[in-house]
Amino acid sequence: MTKRQLWLRFIAHLDLPLLLGIGLLMLTSLVVLYSADNASWGRPLSQMINIAVALTCMWLIANLPLHYLMRTAVPVYLLGMALLIGVALFGEISHGARRWLNLGVTTIQPSELMKIGVPLMMAWYFEKHEATLTLKNYFVAALLLLMPVALIARQPDLGTALLISASGFYVLFLAGLSWRVMGGLLVAALASAPVLWSMLHDYQRHRILMLFDPSQDALGKGYHTIQATIAVGSGGILGKGYLNGTQTHLDFLPERTTDFIFAVYSEEFGLLGNLILLGLYVLVIGRGFVITANASTYFTRLMAGSITLTFATYAFVNMGMVSGILPVVGVPLPLVSYGGTSMLTLLLGFGMLMSIETHQKLVKT
Amino acid sequence: MAKHVELKNHLREIFYFRLRLAISIGFVLLLLAILLVRFIYLQAVRHDYYQTLAESNRISIVPIVPNRGLILDRNGVVLAHNYSGYTLEITPNKTANLEAAINELSTLVEITPKDRKRFNKLLAERRNFETLMIRNRLSDEEVARFAAQQYRFPGVEIKARLFRDYPYGAKTAHLIGYIGRINQTDVEQLEENDLAANYRGSDYIGKTGLEQSYESELHGATGMEQVEVDSGGRAVRMLSRTPPSSGNTLVLSIDAKLQEIAEQAFGNYRGALVAIDPNNGEVLAFVSKPGYDPSLFIDGIDTQSWDELNNSPDHPLNNRALRGQYPPGSTVKPFMALAGLYYNTRSPDRTISDPGYFNLPGSSHQYRDWKKDGHGSVDMFKSIVISCDTYYYGLATEMGIDNISSFLSRFGFGKKTGLDLEGETSGLLPSQEWKLKRYQQKWYPGDTVSVGIGQGYNLVTPMQLAYATATLANNGVGYKPHLVREVRSSRSHENRLIENKSAFDLQIAAAHLDLVKRAMAAVTQPGGTAAQAAAGAPYRMAGKTGTAQVVGIKQGEKYDASKLDERHRDHAWFIAFAPAEQPKIALVVLAENGGHGGSTAAPIARKVLDYYLLGKVPQPLPDLSDKEVEEHD
Repeated sequence: MTKRQLWLRFIAHLDLPLLLGIGLLMLTSLVVLYSADNASWGRPLSQMINIAVALTCMWLIANLPLHYLMRTAVPVYLLGMALLIGVALFGEISHGARRWLNLGVTTIQPSELMKIGVPLMMAWYFEKHEATLTLKNYFVAALLLLMPVALIARQPDLGTALLISASGFYVLFLAGLSWRVMGGLLVAALASAPVLWSMLHDYQRHRILMLFDPSQDALGKGYHTIQATIAVGSGGILGKGYLNGTQTHLDFLPERTTDFIFAVYSEEFGLLGNLILLGLYVLVIGRGFVITANASTYFTRLMAGSITLTFATYAFVNMGMVSGILPVVGVPLPLVSYGGTSMLTLLLGFGMLMSIETHQKLVKT
Repeated sequence: MAKHVELKNHLREIFYFRLRLAISIGFVLLLLAILLVRFIYLQAVRHDYYQTLAESNRISIVPIVPNRGLILDRNGVVLAHNYSGYTLEITPNKTANLEAAINELSTLVEITPKDRKRFNKLLAERRNFETLMIRNRLSDEEVARFAAQQYRFPGVEIKARLFRDYPYGAKTAHLIGYIGRINQTDVEQLEENDLAANYRGSDYIGKTGLEQSYESELHGATGMEQVEVDSGGRAVRMLSRTPPSSGNTLVLSIDAKLQEIAEQAFGNYRGALVAIDPNNGEVLAFVSKPGYDPSLFIDGIDTQSWDELNNSPDHPLNNRALRGQYPPGSTVKPFMALAGLYYNTRSPDRTISDPGYFNLPGSSHQYRDWKKDGHGSVDMFKSIVISCDTYYYGLATEMGIDNISSFLSRFGFGKKTGLDLEGETSGLLPSQEWKLKRYQQKWYPGDTVSVGIGQGYNLVTPMQLAYATATLANNGVGYKPHLVREVRSSRSHENRLIENKSAFDLQIAAAHLDLVKRAMAAVTQPGGTAAQAAAGAPYRMAGKTGTAQVVGIKQGEKYDASKLDERHRDHAWFIAFAPAEQPKIALVVLAENGGHGGSTAAPIARKVLDYYLLGKVPQPLPDLSDKEVEEHD
């Protein structure tokens, strides 16, 4: 085999337009992290390691034929559920919530696994029952979604619970859940809102209330929102310039390498920078939709659609949160925020997208 | 044909899916549009506004720590307060060579090895950008000396701070507790309870005692100041200020003078004393001896002092009144007598003949009375006055453990009293189920015999026994005991009285109460076990002595205090209330290894009662009066 053949085989299952979008977002991440970490290489370097690990996993998944992928659905889901129950029983409490499971060697956060596990399981379930879909099947699929969501919401981790609900809902929606049922659910949701409100933890209510008036809690959590909004607004059209963000460098921005990294970017690169960033997200999301439209089986269509829509949701929720139109729920900016776990989860998803796209191409030809 | 249908369905399915996908794309575009509008609003429309904010951001929010609430006794005597003083503090991030800087500092102000150890401990547990104290309570002269040389010490500064002070020191240590620096566990706790914002800037939090139990009242609400800072972070102008509100003042039901007299009445004995007003559950004195100096803990105790306290055989850190668990000994007899009357096991006038020991039917094992040759003919009244063991061996056996447990639990034995201090233990009220669960053994008749004189598996805390005594004194109507009488709000000048509505009537027959209370009054009369301690009192005092064995004595052997190691001697108990007719105070005295209740514990109770009822200060009391006496002689 020549070098060229090897190379071709190496990239055979990579989707280049998608990879381009992802790569540019990762590059942005490194550039912004350098500024957010006060012009030091600490965070950017460890983010490079995160990226390398995640890209490797993505490549492996992308090379995995689809029927293997489908076969993992049930085990992954069951493992996730077992871990979630384990967390509920023996989990470690950190910051008042029970999210982590200590396995002796390492601590893990099983709700991360379920970000992939839930849509995978639901898509697998719909594929199994494709020929004879009735309302009952939607009900079972909804149950598959609600069990882990309830466990995660109880931890309590409302942000993750809502995001997983969204990814599961996208599967239901794409699988053709009738408008009438969705309308009914919406009415039911509105009706049950007061009940849900009473079930929320104090700090969660506090966060939601604070959204309407952040100044109420200027010493506590409102501070995040106030300072982040100032950072975005003061960026203006062209931004203050790289490494020149005063909010960032005078220490006003909290959590600026993780959940609030968008404020750093926005302050330094302004509205123009935001347009470019939105453009990059549009590139990734758009390609995801193309892959979804091309997908040949029921399972792959649902999976690809859910992954793409969930990614879009993450980006929207984070940017909305930082710019002060959504409550602070603790969602990182996908592919840009510092952090290994979210990077890995996202790229596992993209690996699946690539597998979906490239393996059926081979089948077709 | 069939194939055709399937194909059509497939195409229709694809069509529907594509429709849904198109809707999804529309949805994403909508989200993007929302973001875009928001960005344009913030960055183009409102840019000037935020630009100004960012430029004067430079606005920094500085928390203002509220003054911690005071703790006063029932007469307004200060038990915990704050005073301002100067500390020398170091910001480690701004100081290049800490060791050298501290050595240099020690030429200007005195820095003891203890100060250094404490500093190193703070350094190890510090949070970000905290300034750490190296010296506290600087004298004016030291302040002046350092101020002149400050330029040589970047990152070292003098700060005026409020310090917590406990004027009664060790005497109220187990009651008031102490505050200490907020550590990682406290931070997690605060975050869990969503209180982290209110503790921004706070360095201290209540760690034990009332300081801990009433933390939410004492801390107060943190205020904030919006200040404009220059690029170096120094405040140049104040923009707005939300003043902090001080913590609330706690007014206790404790009488500090009574507490002090009780504390000193113990002399060198270790032990505990709890005095309660039986008419409302207010705790009047709460002593656990020995105490410790609470101020040691405020800024982190050094290892040496900690080891001394922790390894002392006297266990000064143990709150004996609240957490010490001891066999009740004969103090349980009045309650046993009430149980006997309640279950109609023995009528008051039934007499037994006491040969000096008790046998279970069919057993030769002798349960001995404390008096070798016995008390002769004994009825219930006499059984309490002279504390006859044989009477209660029999009574307990006749009642059975189930009845005993169920009756005693009504007086609060085996349960926490619910005092407003954390860490209370619940003692132990044994039962058949308990023994089976604890030892996987069935309950033997012999177990019941020992329980009859408070010497079996049963354990009580002094607090518990005080509650039971107060309830008995108040004719079976119990009040949940409490230390805090009133919370005075610093904000509204409103006073919240902690009233006791939780009266609980045990419905004990008046005739039964009358008999037992008369017998207890006779205990302090000639012929009773505490006659000597009560001699000459102008009020009538009702009581019951008790002795709790620390080590068991073999069959046929005799207890001889002089042969035993001091720490193996019996504990002395005394429970009392006075005046016997209309009790105003009920109390419990425990003197560890004090021997007999009548000779050791009862005189302590007498001094406390004399002060509370007559205002009589025992002589000789404070060191000061000792000196005066000498001068007069």
